[in-house]
Amino acid sequence: MSPKLILSCSTSALAELRSFIQLNLEVFGFSELDKHQITLAVEEVVANLIIHSHACNPNEIIHLEIKDLGKKVAVEITDKGEGFNLLEYEVPELRQVIEEKRKGGLGILLVKKIMDEIQFESKNGENICRLIKKFPPNFK
Amino acid sequence: MLQIEKVREGDALILQLIGEVDASNSVLLDQSIQESLQPEITVVVIDGQKLKYISSAGLGVFMSYVDDFSERGIHFSIFGLTQQVGEVFKILGLDRVIAIVPDKSTAIAFRK
Repeated sequence: MSPKLILSCSTSALAELRSFIQLNLEVFGFSELDKHQITLAVEEVVANLIIHSHACNPNEIIHLEIKDLGKKVAVEITDKGEGFNLLEYEVPELRQVIEEKRKGGLGILLVKKIMDEIQFESKNGENICRLIKKFPPNFK
Repeated sequence: MLQIEKVREGDALILQLIGEVDASNSVLLDQSIQESLQPEITVVVIDGQKLKYISSAGLGVFMSYVDDFSERGIHFSIFGLTQQVGEVFKILGLDRVIAIVPDKSTAIAFRK
């Protein structure tokens, strides 16, 4: 059975999210460095949803599921509400981040650099974002 | 959990970050840096030896001060990052914008 987590839309839940991802990536043979980065990428997407799509309302929830796809792992992030398709998000230049003193924008850039594949679908009021990473070459 | 220890060494201010910086606590990092911007400070150093994790919320705080520091003539650098945290700076190319130095003595050598 694939590991699942239901997270409350509060930034104080992010530490719990990190523990869940770290623990459940263990079986796929990722290095500490890979686990750190995948955890970060997942957190960036979830933090974005908590803050921007759910206005930090702790009564709303986000579902997470880690799926073994054979040669890669998918972290599936599901929520309801206004969808945020990060595939359509234009990543800012570093200079822009500095000049505009914007404290956002770097997160999505991290996700795009760390993950091998990003999928997004939205239907019946439900949004699913899949963050996919290939297993390390020497695994399985 | 994030704890920030401030140490003053002459006109240098060293902020030691202990724990994890994420969207729940990056405001503390922002406040600590903001409070440190006094006229007599010419060097601001982040001690990252005990920083286990930082998300874009924390990185964005550093980035938002890059121009401020430069306008005020403050030398800003970071030392002691773990390999995992250091790699995050590299992925984003932040190591080209922020001075990442090997140790504290290199960081505070910029004192006037």
